[in-house]
Amino acid sequence: MEKHQIQYQTVHFNLNGKDVEKTVDVRASLTDMLRNDYHTLSVKKGCEVGECGACNVLIDGETFNSCIYLAVWAEGKRIRTLEGLMGPEGELSDIQQAFIDEAAIQCGFCTPGFIMSAVELLESGREYTDEELRKLLSGHLCRCTGYENILRAVKKTMYRRLGKEMPTA
Amino acid sequence: MSKSVGRSVTRVDAREKATGRARYTDDLCGREALVVKICHSTIAHGFVKSIDTALAEAVPGVVKVLTCFEAPDVPFPTAGHPWSTDPSHQDVADRLLLNRHVRYYGDEVAAVIAEDEVAAAQGVRALKVEYEELPFVLDVQEAMADGAPQLHEEYKNNILGHSDVRRGDYEAARREPGLIKVEGWYDTPTVQHCHIENHGCFAYEEAGRMVVVSSTQIPHIVRRVVGQALGMPWGKVRIIKPYIGGGFGNKQDALYEPLCAWCSAQVGGRLVKLECSREETFASNRVRHAIRTHIISYVRPDGTLAARKFESFSNQGAYASHGHGVNAKGMNAFPQLYPCPNVECDSWTVYTNRPAAGAMRGYGIPQAMFAGESHIDDICRAVGMTPLEFRRKNLMPVGYVDGFSKNELYHDTFNQCMDKGIEAIDYLRKYEAYKNQTGPIRRGVGLAVFWYNTAVWPISLESSSCRMVLNQDGSLQFQTGETEIGQGCDTAYSQMVADAVGIPFEHVHVVSTQDTDVTPFGTGAYASRQTYIGGFSIMQTALALRERILNIAHEQTRMPVSNLDLVDGQIVRKSDGRVLKSLGDLATESLYSLEHSQHITAETTAQIKSNAYSFGCSFAEVEVDIPMCKVKLLRMVNVHDCGRLINPALAEAQVHGGMSMAIGYGLSEELKFDEKTGKPLNGNLLDYKLSTFMDHPTLEAAFVENPEPTSPYGTKALGEPPACSGAPAIRNAVLNATGVAIDCCPITPHVFYRKFCEAGLIEE
Repeated sequence: MEKHQIQYQTVHFNLNGKDVEKTVDVRASLTDMLRNDYHTLSVKKGCEVGECGACNVLIDGETFNSCIYLAVWAEGKRIRTLEGLMGPEGELSDIQQAFIDEAAIQCGFCTPGFIMSAVELLESGREYTDEELRKLLSGHLCRCTGYENILRAVKKTMYRRLGKEMPTA
Repeated sequence: MSKSVGRSVTRVDAREKATGRARYTDDLCGREALVVKICHSTIAHGFVKSIDTALAEAVPGVVKVLTCFEAPDVPFPTAGHPWSTDPSHQDVADRLLLNRHVRYYGDEVAAVIAEDEVAAAQGVRALKVEYEELPFVLDVQEAMADGAPQLHEEYKNNILGHSDVRRGDYEAARREPGLIKVEGWYDTPTVQHCHIENHGCFAYEEAGRMVVVSSTQIPHIVRRVVGQALGMPWGKVRIIKPYIGGGFGNKQDALYEPLCAWCSAQVGGRLVKLECSREETFASNRVRHAIRTHIISYVRPDGTLAARKFESFSNQGAYASHGHGVNAKGMNAFPQLYPCPNVECDSWTVYTNRPAAGAMRGYGIPQAMFAGESHIDDICRAVGMTPLEFRRKNLMPVGYVDGFSKNELYHDTFNQCMDKGIEAIDYLRKYEAYKNQTGPIRRGVGLAVFWYNTAVWPISLESSSCRMVLNQDGSLQFQTGETEIGQGCDTAYSQMVADAVGIPFEHVHVVSTQDTDVTPFGTGAYASRQTYIGGFSIMQTALALRERILNIAHEQTRMPVSNLDLVDGQIVRKSDGRVLKSLGDLATESLYSLEHSQHITAETTAQIKSNAYSFGCSFAEVEVDIPMCKVKLLRMVNVHDCGRLINPALAEAQVHGGMSMAIGYGLSEELKFDEKTGKPLNGNLLDYKLSTFMDHPTLEAAFVENPEPTSPYGTKALGEPPACSGAPAIRNAVLNATGVAIDCCPITPHVFYRKFCEAGLIEE
């Protein structure tokens, strides 16, 4: 059998604030590139077909399942993963701290993807209703938490950032 | 002594997981790894006649093709049970690494080892497998019939296991005049665990031994199974378990560790990795047993039970895995939960040509509770009692002792839990208000209780070992064989250690990873055993460590041991409360002493010959749209008595997760199979309807804390119980809303359509 001619392409992008370039197999997914070439291992593989949200990253501020996003499409993009949230001295972002404080983490496998979606919502500066938050976060599957404490974590952080009191009940 | 236990301390692994630094199996695998892909059978039953490997071997990058014709003919068991030295109690060994006789669509036929994933996948596709097809059977009762396709020669009529319970005289008792007969059949579906991290593992040889790093709940058991499957002395196998992305029972089985290890051995011990895709996880790992249950109750008009019959038929799928234990557990709950003097129970576990069913959160109890608690509400309607009245009258009374396990119900748990739930959901008012509704949209409230028992004694061994190693600064590392799988045991254990030793929580460092070379023996995460069982070995080891510390304190201070205590990391003289020295100073002096150097450690094994009931209930409120055949879950409350809470916040979080699983079980989840081919139809996370963020109301968890007297920490099972009573509570809420008694779950629009047509609520 003929080996399929592998094509490579060089992509230039910004990963967590740093300009980088890499020559990749054109068939590689962004998940593959981030995990294998950059060791950003917070990007998890749960289904590799865009169903579970574990590989979610921010691309130019918008969330994507990196498993169904080709690595070569990253050209010129600004990509953020969970690794990029922590400050230089190891400071956690408010949303990471909220996930910890609200016991929103169990096995932790869906956590990175969830936090990155939460970042997108929080950075919009908007105030969402519970229903809206549920819908906006529904691209992520979690089997441990029943989503309950994840909602609490995102909601509390949202109100804190908005400088508003969180409504009770 | 309690400073740490009972507090909602932050998870010890929270920061690692919130920053993405926690390392899971695939994160640890070297990039040089060869990749194994499995060729799965595309028929439900038959024999592999031949496999043409020529094209696969010619794929550039393919290193080796291994087929069922060269795999060793050494059957091995896979269930995550403690080994028994008594052959009659050993798990059924019916599994081979690769199979000529394929028994389900997805069975393992061959493996391709290649330099990368693409080549391995191309290699699998290039294999030409020729089958001799046999008839297959998917239904549990059809599989038991004479003449049904036979899966395993030695199990006639495909019956893997049967057990029964007989109490009193059912046949005589049911003839009592004036009894009301209530009869029902209840079906539960095949569902899958759907942990977000698929099972995966990698294997390599090191110094003549096989090392497997695996996403497993049971490293010490997997070590034994790999040894058995490969015919290796168990000491030549080393299993390492890092953080895992959920298990829920699927990883309480040896999954592909034996095959992965064998593949490594076939390529000279090189590093190979085997990762399941999501589709393989659905089709070729384990599933929850679909169980069909038949219940007949003869009830007196005053609501007392005269005679009861229970029959359950459990769909085992193609291989034994955990086998009959799952169905037997559900059956054994039946006569205990609502004691009745005359009972006949039979349970059968039957091979079919479906994926192998194994352990899954609840281990037969979600099935038994769906049937049993649905049936109780059917009884209530037949005799004109409310679901609450009947339960208060007939549930297991305080002081009840099970003759086999010696479990005792020490507290009025059921009534206390129900009372809490009643108040939370305003049950009494709503039940009456919703009783006689008309119109297309109706609301209802439902209640279901559950029976659960902690750990596996006396059916199997209960043993746990713990090691504590004191550092020079007075902090310590500890490790047990029991595994963190997301449930939070590392944190709960750290709290227990802090209190039992007498040091601050911050001075306790848990070794989270299990490595069978260094981790003391423990059987792992299952049966909601770990907090209960681990508590024994932690307490015992802490006492041993304290004794050593106080003896050394005596050497160093010349105060009598009887006048010394270790409190909050300080050596204290009891008589006047004076702090004599810190534990850190003691440990440093002890280790570096030129006269009597000692490294202060302790290690003990605790065997546990007790078990504990862990009960509770669920309440659900629903809104049913009859013409649309849809239901919306408005509220759900779970109340648990799991004894003393070690960490209330983590306990609450764990209940949420179980409730979510119960909601999926009740309303949406089912792995379906093509009747014509046996092929799974929806083995992916798009078509298999796992509950999403939008499918839940606010999940409400509450607790009743009656300390469990058999546990050193007053605690008992909480891992699985939250998944046990949600589905029947939803079903009973639908009954309250519509008067329609649903006979299966998940209660999908198709089920509503069938039942509403039967009831004349809608026209066909």
